[in-house]
Amino acid sequence: MTKRPISILIVDDEPIVRESLQNWFREENYLVDVAASGKEALDKLTRQTWDLFLLDIKMPGMDGLELQRKIKQIHPSATIIIMTAYASVETAVEAMKQGAYDYLVKPFDPDDLERIVHKAVEHAQLLSENRQLRDKIEEMSRFHQIIGQSASMRRVLEQVSLVAASDTTVLIRGESGTGKELIARAIHANSARRYMPIVIVNCGALAEGVLESELFGHEKGAFTGAQYRRKGKFEMADGGTLFLDEIGDISLKTQVDLLRVLEDKTIYRVGGNTPIPVDFRLVAATNKNLEALVAEQKFREDLYYRLNVFSIALPPLRERREDIPLLAEHFLRQFAQNMNKPIHGFATDAMHMLCQYDWPGNVRELQNAIERAVLVCKGSTIEPSDLPFQVNNGPSPVPGQSLADMERHHILRVLQQTGWNISQSARLLGIDRVTLYNKIKRYHLRREPT
Amino acid sequence: MTEPTDLPRIILVPVGSVNPRLLEFLILTLPDTFKMPCTLGPPLLDVSQAYSLVRQQYYSTELLARLLTLNQHATTKILGVTEVDLFIPILTFVFGEAQLNGPAAIISAHRLRQSFYGLPEDEALLLERCQKEALHELGHTFGLVHCQSFECVMHRSHSVEQVDLKRNSFCPMCAQTLAHNRLTLR
Ligand SMILES: [Zn+2]
Ligand SMILES: [Zn+2]
Repeated sequence: MTKRPISILIVDDEPIVRESLQNWFREENYLVDVAASGKEALDKLTRQTWDLFLLDIKMPGMDGLELQRKIKQIHPSATIIIMTAYASVETAVEAMKQGAYDYLVKPFDPDDLERIVHKAVEHAQLLSENRQLRDKIEEMSRFHQIIGQSASMRRVLEQVSLVAASDTTVLIRGESGTGKELIARAIHANSARRYMPIVIVNCGALAEGVLESELFGHEKGAFTGAQYRRKGKFEMADGGTLFLDEIGDISLKTQVDLLRVLEDKTIYRVGGNTPIPVDFRLVAATNKNLEALVAEQKFREDLYYRLNVFSIALPPLRERREDIPLLAEHFLRQFAQNMNKPIHGFATDAMHMLCQYDWPGNVRELQNAIERAVLVCKGSTIEPSDLPFQVNNGPSPVPGQSLADMERHHILRVLQQTGWNISQSARLLGIDRVTLYNKIKRYHLRREPT
Repeated sequence: MTEPTDLPRIILVPVGSVNPRLLEFLILTLPDTFKMPCTLGPPLLDVSQAYSLVRQQYYSTELLARLLTLNQHATTKILGVTEVDLFIPILTFVFGEAQLNGPAAIISAHRLRQSFYGLPEDEALLLERCQKEALHELGHTFGLVHCQSFECVMHRSHSVEQVDLKRNSFCPMCAQTLAHNRLTLR
């Protein structure tokens, strides 16, 4: 594992202090960034973070103490060194009480500066290693959480362990909320790249220009507002895995760029002309029909083949209903613990409702439903009234009593259960597909919009 | 001067009054390491502008800025040599200052003298320390950052003990980077 350079943010309102500290840290081979005010620092923090913070106590507007509090709210384990003039040492001591790692009195003795910074860096590294370890454990246990008992999920997990060990590009397909990101994480966590980062980009959420600089990074001055050089996701994923979610949403231009990166394994930052070699494993995901997009010429065929080397199809939740109780219990435990509520399980009819419902939003919808149920639940078990939807339960109300009425109703239920998967429904009904088609026509059955 | 001025070279500039033996020693030894000629430039005698009454020291960045105005060629490195005590606002003192990847650097002999620490003067030791600091600061102008190897002249030194610990040469890694970066000077 290569040690990445330590990054430091210096916040001081005096330009001369920022500049000379920036020089000092650059000579020490740190990645340095500066901010002239607490506000500027917080703005930057919404976009990236640093291993170490050097904050001046006395600044107009937001002072160092307040800034420290805000940084700690965002990153409770941030390593912070307070800078202070001799006169305000008491404030520095106050900052220490509030969790600053150490303080330096201006002007610094060069030896003190070196000693304190190196101690703080070691501390930050230790914390970050611990954090990585914790994330790792979480990631591993996530893999186990995915394990449903249904045959279809077992097949998915077999595919995951099969492909994880190789460096093959993987395309994960499935409806929204089926857990494509968890599968990507599982592939990463079970690969040789597991000690390196997995970088996640939701391509659908970003405008084209933003996506480009997000992926490729940019050089200082590449465009208005690009005040500093910034690494893109390709570079951040170096050595690890890059997960591009909603790949079906990227523009044709970005498709060309991505194809080039996959072929050359080299990138150029926006506004830069130095080729930067990158080594990442690509996992992409989509809820779209890529073949249809290729046919409509909205998705490049060559990129499609590049991505579709190994594909994993995640079944929607309604096709693996036997996993619903497992998942529901898991989410219940999780949310009950988070919200500190003594809820031990589901009333029988509540669980029945969960198993009957079609879950168009899949696992994510189930998770949200349980979260809400835990929130509104007043007793020690989740009751049907705690659930956000109403599913027919009890004896099915059959409209009419003729054999044909019953057949019609039964076929409709099976179709709904399988999400109108004709082959699967026919199998369940014990008839062939043509017969099923004929019956659908005869009974005028239609798929209800969900 | 017989050599063309646009060839890479180091110009030594005395800042304030400087012991000539120190300058002679540097002019003699620097070309060995940097493989380029080292000549004596016109002295910068008036340093009063850089003096801080509060600190009773000289502001090193200010002196660096004045050295920069002397540099006419992109391939020239200017090394200021002074005996006054240098500081930058954020630090109590500096042995020297350099522009990373830039044309100018400055070193001070002030805190490299044994007498500064109440010890008997030792000229040989002083010359050796000055040479190390000159190599170090010039190293920065060639784009070198601090080196982890404690014997390498690019190792950080914020005290004389640290200066004495390291050798007056670049480790193989730094030497390689230096050679590479020197080639990019045209
Ligand atoms: Zn240095
Ligand atoms: Zn070295």
